[in-house]
Amino acid sequence: MLSIQDLHAGIEGKKILNGINLDIKPGEVHAIMGPNGSGKSTLANVLAGRTDYEVSRGTVEFLGKDLLDLAPEKRAGEGLFLAFQYPVEIPGLNTINFIKTAVNEVRKYRGLEPLDAVSFLKLMKEKMALMNIEQSLLSRSLNEGFSGGEKKRNEVFQMAMLEPKLAILDETDSGLDIDAIRIVSNGVNKLRNKDNAVLVVTHYQRLLDYIVPDFVHVLYNGRIVKSGTKELALELEERGYDFIKNETSAVEAV
Amino acid sequence: MKTELYPSKRNDAEDELRTIEETVFSDYKYGFVTDIEADEAPRGLNEEVIRFISAKKKEPEWMLEWRLKAYSYWLTMKEPGWANVKYPRIDYQDIIYYSAPKQKINPKNLDEIDPELRKTFEKLGISLDEQKRLSGVAVDAVIDSVSIGTSFKGQLAELGIIFCSMSEAIREHPDLVKEHLSSVVPITDNYFAALNAAVFSDGSFCYIPKGVRCPMELSTYFRINAENTGQFERTLIIAEAGSYVSYLEGCTAPMRDENQLHAAVVELIAMENAEIKYSTVQNWYPGDKKGVGGVYNFVTKRGICKGDHAKISWTQVETGSAITWKYPSVILKGDYSTGEFYSVAVTNNYQQADTGTKMMHLGKNTKSRIVSKGISAGFSNNSYRGLVHVGKNARNARNFSQCDSLLLGDKCGAHTFPYIEVRNNSAVVEHEATTSKIGEDQIFYCNQRGIPTETAVALIINGFAKEVMNHLPMEFAIEAQKLLAISLEGSVG
Ligand SMILES: Nc1ncnc2c1ncn2[C@@H]1O[C@H](COP(=O)(O)OP(=O)(O)OP(=O)(O)O)[C@@H](O)[C@H]1O
Ligand SMILES: [Mg+2]
Repeated sequence: MLSIQDLHAGIEGKKILNGINLDIKPGEVHAIMGPNGSGKSTLANVLAGRTDYEVSRGTVEFLGKDLLDLAPEKRAGEGLFLAFQYPVEIPGLNTINFIKTAVNEVRKYRGLEPLDAVSFLKLMKEKMALMNIEQSLLSRSLNEGFSGGEKKRNEVFQMAMLEPKLAILDETDSGLDIDAIRIVSNGVNKLRNKDNAVLVVTHYQRLLDYIVPDFVHVLYNGRIVKSGTKELALELEERGYDFIKNETSAVEAV
Repeated sequence: MKTELYPSKRNDAEDELRTIEETVFSDYKYGFVTDIEADEAPRGLNEEVIRFISAKKKEPEWMLEWRLKAYSYWLTMKEPGWANVKYPRIDYQDIIYYSAPKQKINPKNLDEIDPELRKTFEKLGISLDEQKRLSGVAVDAVIDSVSIGTSFKGQLAELGIIFCSMSEAIREHPDLVKEHLSSVVPITDNYFAALNAAVFSDGSFCYIPKGVRCPMELSTYFRINAENTGQFERTLIIAEAGSYVSYLEGCTAPMRDENQLHAAVVELIAMENAEIKYSTVQNWYPGDKKGVGGVYNFVTKRGICKGDHAKISWTQVETGSAITWKYPSVILKGDYSTGEFYSVAVTNNYQQADTGTKMMHLGKNTKSRIVSKGISAGFSNNSYRGLVHVGKNARNARNFSQCDSLLLGDKCGAHTFPYIEVRNNSAVVEHEATTSKIGEDQIFYCNQRGIPTETAVALIINGFAKEVMNHLPMEFAIEAQKLLAISLEGSVG
């Protein structure tokens, strides 16, 4: 469903991604781990279409389309969703109103009629129960004054509302309390099916106890330097990134 | 529980979506010219022209004298130059000061209105019939300089409410007019107010008797229609003790190349315990993308809280005009009286707006609240200019001012000029100001959720302006949201 080949990208002349290769098939869960500043969020943003980043080389195919050729809103229409590491605040913009606009824009892109108020409400109630989110939060301005955890909850709630084909969760677990991690993970798992996929970016093994990955990749210096199964995450938790860094520099030294 | 989940009507995403569709296709949506044979005064201004206007309107002698007095005073005045706006010199001899659409008979009801005019209203999306039927708004429509149709008169008359054109008021209610006209904005007040007094052609007159709550929103759609016609409206609203009225003023002008001068005067008088709510949505032609054409909107709006516990509230959404010079103000004379000013001013391309308010605290325990939201895009300039004056007898006066500016792009300007004059040290005057930019990250966030940039901008600015929009009557709030989106079209991305 997603195929990244030799992706190079940077910002303002600074190279951040140095040749990423990654294949994700429907039904799979991939986890990306890696030290701070290694390029995880950059990869997520480039996939979502943030224009500040410049792609200098490589291709990305998403569901048979050239992803890099699409405007960000079209990527969303095609079924790509990014739960942001740092969700933005929009003062005065009612969260429900925002989500309704998003849902109907995506429907429009797919040639569907907009949801009327009643169907939207029904959908919202269903997803609110799934993600265990308070209505009072959604009646407020988008992310304005939300706690760190509330912002993350709002991200996954939006994901549930939009039902993407590929969801990228960028450190959605940071900021969530222990119960919330469980609730959010359960929600994500319930949304999984054989046709969609999840890419989770995380620093912690704990999330992966709930959202069990098929593959774990380690990103370092803008490159995937190691891939493995869920056991790799356990190993990282135990040994830290140093052994990877050492391996990598050993390889690079050759 | 259930209903809480629905966003309130004015926040309805569906409406905003429709807005955007319209945004994408519209340039200046209201730019068309109705072909009405105009009955015009000769070009230029002199005593003869003023006599012509007065005669056309079959005015009594006292009115003509009042006009001539204003005119001779105007001749001694100089055009003000202190506002933060720039424009070529206006040639006051190159303006046609009176133009009336020709009509054989005075229409008794809406059905008798000239079909051409009806079509104009329909293009504006304000079919009178619809308004009448659906929203219960009494509409006193002004096309060019003469009131065309007035509805709901009967119903209002039963309550003793007078809602008519200013020219009719001068003929039918001369005592009320004589007593109050220019009592809030003297003919000597400023250059444009003096000019208006000399040449005003028409406007609205409202009188709400003691203790009467006006049961409907009173509304006027102004429209500048004939080429080179300066528009000089004169509006007077009087709310007697314990009464209440909400008045809506909306306006659109057809597209034109020449700049058109508009210098209106609005006077509000609220007696003891009375409340006047005055709302404006102004979307006159702002000029094209290069700054050619557009309306010069030099307006004097002022209200007086004459009695104790009176309240006057101005709400404005200003998206149009090439140049706006406008400071709706409140004189807080009565003790415990309240003045409010809620404003959204949008400037795009080469528009210039210098707008704000004056709150004159004279009585004791008077309160005022100012919320100004300026949105600038393109190469435009948007200034807030406000004065809070606390007189020496105004014990315990309170003011709160909030002035926020939102910038789209880096070629536009936002300026804040708050003036505070306090002569009584029991006063509490608070001023807060912020300036922010629409963030790339905000737009990207919306884009990532499938929302195109134009729609994203509309959502963000409507969020920014929400506090003011919430003070508009429902009929206007939705139109105003659309106007914000339309006027900022193409300014980001
Ligand atoms: N807009 C920017 N301008 C300059 N440098 C940037 C910008 N965005 C990212 N970078 C740099 O690129 C590198 C990768 O950043 P990125 O956010 O992708 O890291 P990350 O792997 O997500 O880190 P973390 O685990 O801390 O979230 C960092 O060194 C960062 O400082
Ligand atoms: Mg990151």
